[in-house]
Amino acid sequence: MSDTTREKKIEVLSDATILFAGDSGDGMQLTGSQFTLATAYARNDLSTLPDFPAEIRAPAGTTYGVSGFQLHFGSVNIKTPGDEVDLLVAMNPAALKVNLGRLNPEGTIIVNIDAFEKRNLDLAGYDANPLDDDSLQAFRVIRVKLTTLTREALKDFDLGQKEVDRSKNMFALGLALWLYSRPVEPAHEWLEQKFGKKPEILKANLHLLSKGFHYGETTEQFLVQYDVRPAKLPPGKYRAIRGVQALAMGIVAAAEKSGLQIFYGSYPITPASDLLHELSRYKNYNITTFQAEDEIAAVGAALGASFGGTLGITGTSGPGLALKAETMGLGLMTELPMVVVNVQRGGPSTGLPTKTEQSDLLQALYGRNGEAPLPVLATSTPGDCFETAYEACRIAVKYMTPVILLSDGYLANSSEPWLIPDPDDLQPFNAEFITKTNELEGSEAAFLPYRRNEETLARPWAKPGTKGLEHRIGGLEKEDVTGNVSYDPENHQHMTRIRAEKVARVKAEIPPLTVYGDPKGQLLVVGWGSTRGSIESAVDRVRKKGFTVGAVHLRHLNPMAPDLGSILSSFDHGLVPELNDGQLVRILRSDFLLPLHSLCKTAGLPFKASEIVARIEEILS
Amino acid sequence: MSENNNQPKGKPVSLPPRAAKPAGPPKMPPSTGKKPSGPPGVTLPPGKKTAKSGVTRKDFVSDQDIRWCPGCGDYAILATVQRLMPELNVPRENTVFISGIGCSSRFPYYMNTYGMHSIHGRAPAIATGLKASRPELDVWIVTGDGDSLSIGGNHLIHLLRRNVNVQLLLFNNQIYGLTKGQYSPTSEIGKVTKSTPYGSLDHPFNPASVALGADATFVARSMDRDPKHLKEVLKASHTHVGASFVEIYQNCNIFNDGAFFDFTEKESKPRRALLCEHGKPLTFDNDKKGLRLDGYRFEAIDLEGDWSIDDCLIYDETNRGLAGAITRIFFDEALPQPFGIFYREERPNYDRQLHDQIDYVLSKRGEGSLADLLHQGDTWVIEE
Ligand code: SF4
Repeated sequence: MSDTTREKKIEVLSDATILFAGDSGDGMQLTGSQFTLATAYARNDLSTLPDFPAEIRAPAGTTYGVSGFQLHFGSVNIKTPGDEVDLLVAMNPAALKVNLGRLNPEGTIIVNIDAFEKRNLDLAGYDANPLDDDSLQAFRVIRVKLTTLTREALKDFDLGQKEVDRSKNMFALGLALWLYSRPVEPAHEWLEQKFGKKPEILKANLHLLSKGFHYGETTEQFLVQYDVRPAKLPPGKYRAIRGVQALAMGIVAAAEKSGLQIFYGSYPITPASDLLHELSRYKNYNITTFQAEDEIAAVGAALGASFGGTLGITGTSGPGLALKAETMGLGLMTELPMVVVNVQRGGPSTGLPTKTEQSDLLQALYGRNGEAPLPVLATSTPGDCFETAYEACRIAVKYMTPVILLSDGYLANSSEPWLIPDPDDLQPFNAEFITKTNELEGSEAAFLPYRRNEETLARPWAKPGTKGLEHRIGGLEKEDVTGNVSYDPENHQHMTRIRAEKVARVKAEIPPLTVYGDPKGQLLVVGWGSTRGSIESAVDRVRKKGFTVGAVHLRHLNPMAPDLGSILSSFDHGLVPELNDGQLVRILRSDFLLPLHSLCKTAGLPFKASEIVARIEEILS
Repeated sequence: MSENNNQPKGKPVSLPPRAAKPAGPPKMPPSTGKKPSGPPGVTLPPGKKTAKSGVTRKDFVSDQDIRWCPGCGDYAILATVQRLMPELNVPRENTVFISGIGCSSRFPYYMNTYGMHSIHGRAPAIATGLKASRPELDVWIVTGDGDSLSIGGNHLIHLLRRNVNVQLLLFNNQIYGLTKGQYSPTSEIGKVTKSTPYGSLDHPFNPASVALGADATFVARSMDRDPKHLKEVLKASHTHVGASFVEIYQNCNIFNDGAFFDFTEKESKPRRALLCEHGKPLTFDNDKKGLRLDGYRFEAIDLEGDWSIDDCLIYDETNRGLAGAITRIFFDEALPQPFGIFYREERPNYDRQLHDQIDYVLSKRGEGSLADLLHQGDTWVIEE
């Protein structure tokens, strides 16, 4: 397209944040993911934040129907989806209204002015058209007749009005791609794949895409075009990955490395359903999926599968975790391996189903009747979901225990460039079944289901179908070694302690923590889960200002890394930022008896790095 | 698809052609034969030829002390099941009993097989996961009226709808025994218990009707006090491929003694219990009385008077409408309470189809490899 390029100033940026926002029917998620793909092709580092409404097709034009996709990309190391938006593409007044607060004070807005008519303004709750008054004065507003231009561009196509109007996101995509000097080829390829069998629609979309691109070149409204140069990423082969995809592949890795069949039982729930969708496609990877009648059946079926010698996994989100609690207790009592994935969302109750939060930590740690400790792990980046899911499976089998794996809505849906891992680098994963009786020395042949491995305290896993190992297990308290029902007071005390000790021994699996930033100094930030990017960005910024600050990020929340205490003692202060009302901080304070600081946010959105920076500065000034 | 398959028309699923076709009209059950419980290719380890090899009831008795109240109907059911086991040609190690919570749910502890005493109401869910991943196992569910019709009602209907290849034995004693005597979802209206000192208000479930309503493919009723009948019904339930629902009237002599005596005791049983047998006329009271259809209603007829055996309805266990009607004779003063196999239908079972589908995907795509999966989609290389 170089032949048509007019002379425009090209300004090179180190990073930029763009937000596409419109009605849920406007195709904003698609536009965002295509822009992401182009950005990956441009070799930038990136991080995305899709933001969906809870309703599938909320009434058009309303603020609660606004769907957004935010992308932060750069030639520098990108760790978050961006604190502030540099370019907002607003398809209608509601999208503008909902997202204006996220805009950088010198930001740019591309608006579809065709959508700024009375009805839409009313629906968005605007008394006056914000394009006509001075309310947007601070920003650069680029007015585009997106609907009109789309209709004009497609007037010779044999398509209905609805189909035409629905394609206007392709025009917007083309324009955005031009503005940031992104390649159009990935979107071309994608369209060809998607509409290969519908040539008219394919042609129309391709046409619009290039119309949008050319519009940027030709219109006088754009004086500059931006460029973001490739990032210096470690060499290797990359792909863009969403957390939920990586998590599913981590499960596939567990199946392949252990040789175990995996059974995934789940009940549809936002945002965990995507994991069921992903795994359902992997039937030829030794994975069986089962959509259960409810959350309880999903976890029950997973545990039944584990009893059968298959690794049972179940996935859910907050309210579902509450429903699964009793069965997790049974899994703990019967000492069977199982993984319970909780893709956290805003709570309590139904809460904010499509928004992110980290407020199920205490539920994961303590939300069961009785003394019921379980290993709890949390993923921290989309790519990290792969390894953490694998680890959760491995620990569950090695220690014969249910394991809770915490992810969240943001991690599940956001994406980043992922250096494709080598499966050979994963820890070995041995799954062993007992095949012979294991009586105590000198006694007659017998299977003792609760005779433990001395190192891990795990009991043996016996597959039904194995002759001579017939045994019964259940939720009633077990006598150690024999597994017989026992109401003996001393045995209960002993078993309570053994179950806790077994989980505590998982510490042996935890590698030393790595401290990001300064290894000692004024303040240590302790984080867990999806806040990693915001925390590390914040640490970078405060260190530039001269503070000595480090950060550790916990994958293992129960038990915790053995060296956490000594790292904490190398700093004057500790800060725990969390997307909840202070859950990890409560545990760390009581475990280490330290006056740790806390930063809490429950807005359904990730931290901005600037929020953490502000808190660090407040503590250190 | 057959015309009368009680389901909305579906699209063909991704299954090899053999399995995609629902079974044709129900056939007469084979009178003997081993239960083909797994998908092709999954074979059971060779079991010993039971009777000849000397496997007996004793082999199925575990070393645990039985903790039911003396005189409880559960003892007779346990003994019947243990007696039946050697006749089924299933190796003990391939047999699994799964239960929920309640008096009846202690059952697995007493069987020297694999077993799990699970959570209140959840045995069908756990058994579904077990069967789905290990279809070659022979799985029995033991549950009670509170366990599977109250707290676990949802799992029961979905197990039956999916037609998971298991046997479900529902011990109905019309009371909560283990919690010391509250009314249950099968207790009669007005029942005075500790939780209903002025009488219960709840309309009770008719378990067989619930099962038929959930499209169960095998529905039967028997009683603790007739071990011979119980054994026959259980044997047939085992032969059936799919979910078998067997309601067993069980006397709780502590909290609800005599709830079914009308139907189970020598003096009244002939008059008050009706044995339904496929292909045979419906008669009772030692063939002195029979049942005929008067329009849509059943009528008891006197075979020693104006009516003869030819006027009696011939029972057909493959007729869903008839099964629905006969099970609606429910504690009816004028008509005898039916027992026996009410309904039997061949329909593909879930666990088998699940594995057929996996096999189909495998045959189309081959075994997946993690390395390939990781590199799928849009990738790019960053050079040194
Ligand atoms: S309470 Fe009733 S059902 Fe339970 S064991 Fe005693 S007699 Fe049997």
